[in-house]
Amino acid sequence: MTAQPIRKSVRRSRLLIYLFLIVAAAFFLLPVYVLVITGFKSFQEVSLATMWNPPSAFSLASFQKAWSGSEAEGFRGLAGNFLNSVYLAVPATLLSAILGSINGYILSKWKFRGADTLFSLMLFGMFIPYQSILIPLVRVLQYLTIVTGPIVEAIASMPVPAALSGLPPWLAGFVPAYGTIGGLILVHVIYGIPITTLIFRNYYTAVPTELVEAAKLDGASLLGIYRWVLFPISMPGFVVVLIWQFTSIWNDFLFGVIVTSRPAVQPVTVALNNLAGSYIVEWNVQMAGAFLTALPTLLVYILLGRFFMRGLLAGSLKG
Amino acid sequence: MRRLTRDRIISIILILPSVLCIALFVYGFIGYTVFVSFTKWSGQLIPDYTVVGLSNYQRLFDINDVAGQRFLKDLSNTAWFTVLFLIATIVIGFLLAVLLDQRIRAEGLFRNIYLFPIAISFIVTGVVWRWMLAPGTEATGAAGVNLLLERLGLGFLKSGWYTDPSIGIKAVVIAATWQMSGYTMALYLAGLRSIPDELREAARVDGASEFQIYRYVVIPLLWPITLSAVIILGHISLKIFDLIVAMTGPGTGFSTDVPALFMFDTTFRGNQFAQGASIAIVLLLMVAVLVVPYLSYSSRREAER
Amino acid sequence: MSRSKRWLSVAGSLLIIGSVVLSACQPAAPAVSQKLEFFSWWTAGGEAEGLNGMYEVYKAENPGIEIVNATVAGGAGTNAKAVLATRLTGGDPPDSFQVHAGLEVQTYAPEQYLEPLDDLYASEGWDKVFPSDLLTLLKYQDHYWSVPVNIHRSNVLWYNKKVLEDNGLEPAKTFDEFFAAADTLKAKGIIPLVMGTKDGWEAGHVFEDVLAGTLGADAYRGLWTGATPWTDAKVTQALENYKRMLSYVNEDNSALTWDGAGQYLIDGQGAMMIMGDWTAGWFASKKYADYGWAPPPGTQGIFVALSDSFALPKGAKNRDSALGWLKVSGSQDGQEAFNPKKGSICARTDCANDAFKTVPETYEYLTSAAQDWQRDQIVPSVVHGAASFESWATEYKDIIALFVQSGDVAGTQKSLQQACVNAGICK
Repeated sequence: MTAQPIRKSVRRSRLLIYLFLIVAAAFFLLPVYVLVITGFKSFQEVSLATMWNPPSAFSLASFQKAWSGSEAEGFRGLAGNFLNSVYLAVPATLLSAILGSINGYILSKWKFRGADTLFSLMLFGMFIPYQSILIPLVRVLQYLTIVTGPIVEAIASMPVPAALSGLPPWLAGFVPAYGTIGGLILVHVIYGIPITTLIFRNYYTAVPTELVEAAKLDGASLLGIYRWVLFPISMPGFVVVLIWQFTSIWNDFLFGVIVTSRPAVQPVTVALNNLAGSYIVEWNVQMAGAFLTALPTLLVYILLGRFFMRGLLAGSLKG
Repeated sequence: MRRLTRDRIISIILILPSVLCIALFVYGFIGYTVFVSFTKWSGQLIPDYTVVGLSNYQRLFDINDVAGQRFLKDLSNTAWFTVLFLIATIVIGFLLAVLLDQRIRAEGLFRNIYLFPIAISFIVTGVVWRWMLAPGTEATGAAGVNLLLERLGLGFLKSGWYTDPSIGIKAVVIAATWQMSGYTMALYLAGLRSIPDELREAARVDGASEFQIYRYVVIPLLWPITLSAVIILGHISLKIFDLIVAMTGPGTGFSTDVPALFMFDTTFRGNQFAQGASIAIVLLLMVAVLVVPYLSYSSRREAER
Repeated sequence: MSRSKRWLSVAGSLLIIGSVVLSACQPAAPAVSQKLEFFSWWTAGGEAEGLNGMYEVYKAENPGIEIVNATVAGGAGTNAKAVLATRLTGGDPPDSFQVHAGLEVQTYAPEQYLEPLDDLYASEGWDKVFPSDLLTLLKYQDHYWSVPVNIHRSNVLWYNKKVLEDNGLEPAKTFDEFFAAADTLKAKGIIPLVMGTKDGWEAGHVFEDVLAGTLGADAYRGLWTGATPWTDAKVTQALENYKRMLSYVNEDNSALTWDGAGQYLIDGQGAMMIMGDWTAGWFASKKYADYGWAPPPGTQGIFVALSDSFALPKGAKNRDSALGWLKVSGSQDGQEAFNPKKGSICARTDCANDAFKTVPETYEYLTSAAQDWQRDQIVPSVVHGAASFESWATEYKDIIALFVQSGDVAGTQKSLQQACVNAGICK
């Protein structure tokens, strides 16, 4: 066996591999190209026929318009609602991750009778189409607001020095009630229970029971084991859950438009949707807006991305 | 013993809130939806809870009724979509993972490119792919991907994509696969990396070709990942709504319609609340048929461990 | 300090600092002021501009009231209707909202969720100022439930003047003329009729104009009251006409919304388009003026009308503001501010033509439409909520959407008759 033919065929197959990867990358990047160049065009220039052509003049006007809106033209723009999405996504993601972690821990390491059936029932709940439960959901939230509404009022009218006058209404917004960010957080946390529990339960199942047994022998309690044994090694699992939940909560439209019905409180996805008219759509503005809305999730993904791989490696998503 | 009982109680208390929330917000609502599906509430916001038995369901499966025509088409669309979407994402994800596992330079860059679409919302994906797969016409010339294919000399691959009723939802699969293949790729890459090299070495020493190693050693070991991907992607595809609304709407002859869209349309545009509820329940039953065996299989497997 | 404690204290301090900083960015808690929350799906283009114009009139007459423009776009209004349904049933109604004049109001169970406006009509003298056909449309169960702000026309055939001239054609008056013209155009490689069907209602829209053109005003009206059976031979004829029309439509119609297809017309690649008169406002925004308009075949002297109107829910939080709003919307000033930008004509019969000069691009069309409104026979549009209950209109839309693909005349006619039965109008 001579060395030459092997090296040549190895080189050829390496070349093929790179070729394939590059073609695949082009496929994945093509829609982004369309999205971004359309954002740089003016309304006159935007049409299906000229879709692939770069804009004749790169203008940031559409991005500007998407961000600040236009009162004359009746849409709010993304700026006002951007922070709402942050107030929504950050707490909701953290809460549902913690909840999922505890649930996963109990269902995998502290099985009581019927734990598996309970888990199956929880998982099955993941499959309901949310369109079908909108009306009862709002009703239940209204009943909840009977209790929490007064709390919202009380917090919002707390006396504070003038410099901090925006603080009480902002804090009050986090109380779960119909029409508040808090209510939206509650809804997302509840409907996030199945998927976060699934991810963590699978993750913890991969952790050897001996660790837990040893801790129990040492006299540790349920919460103690969680705190000292499992939580420290849960980071990979948390990363997967945090990325998944942040992405799906940030991108949610349906709950955002139904649970928080006032424009000032709604998340940015609703504002993005409103950039389109009901009869007429300014594509350049919509694409620019879509790009801006996608930035935070892209950012989260870029920053935490490599931990995501490590998290998957650690078995968070094995069957 | 006392510690154990106390811990038992704490475990139940900790899991109770989740259980109660799921019981109300999922199963309570499912129960309400089941009830509504047996009534004749339609036309108005005021509920009409007169029970009429299974007539809503009958309409959905009656080929002579416009509701039945739409729904049966929806079921076929969902079946096609789910099967094609799962196969495509799993195969493409696996292929990409295998390639990336070959010690590629700039692996991180390629990985990020394949993975980033999952950060984008389905609505944005739908809007962009609607444009990309718009076919143009004979008279005005090709558009979108068709135009690109023409320029690349691949004009024979042109098609009506989602405007062609015989293709319909299969074109939407392309957009969905674009979005989610990175996820399966990441899963498989992690899985491939966690297979000890010794196993592959041993097989190589035994004289197996690379292809055989993949077929008989690697793929079977990746089975749990495949299963978990099927569950998560399957649940996305059965509930798919945002992508369809943004990309194609119901389509010519409902060729890209799906039950979730039909349900939303009929409930809030047509005010047929009972019909919408029955669609939701049929959807759930379909899901149950697929998911319940998986759940009992996986809990049995765990009992064996 | 242990590592986790350190993390916790860092996170905690960041949170506190962050919230203090952010609270400084929030606007100061507003003084308890009057508000007006108006709910619609007019989010862009001429519709939003028109609405804004009306807001200006309202603000001038009611200074100090904060206007909350609650809008939800998408799905041709379906998203908004979903939100509205949850808000009304959940006891959290907006102060006023947009609804089509006609039987669409039945959806909102007026006896339960809306306030009758008969007193307002009397005090503002509206029964003398709105045309009687419109008033008939607005009455449901003997009460008025909403205030009409405009009239749109559904049956308009828009055409590219140059394309028709170059081919020596005039806009067709009968279906036969239409088919002849279409054949000529098709032979030249021009799309005779451009259509975009992505949103699911456009096909039904064109068909209602074909129905009106084939049946004539009285028989068409009878379809929605039960006087004309759907099994009538004229309906068969209408379906045949439509089927033939569809053969001249661009093949990619399901990829395009109506304005996407309209682009073909602007670019000279398509000749004609049948669409409501919001098209005029769209042409203006695209800076395209070289178009002509005519009634679609068979509908000369017929005005297929739809009208946007504003309703008053029961339990509106700012009832007084809402009443003020309704008064403005029914007033001459309000309608003159709204309609030119929206691209529609006033519901009132006394709007000055000159008001429409503010938008010169649509002036010609709107003034001609206003004249037609005075003398044509008025029939209600079904696709836009005037002629029938929403449930029936939606079934009609679905049936026609299927017809576009199947071309099955007999089966479709049966389904249409069944839909009428389901709605409780036919036997």
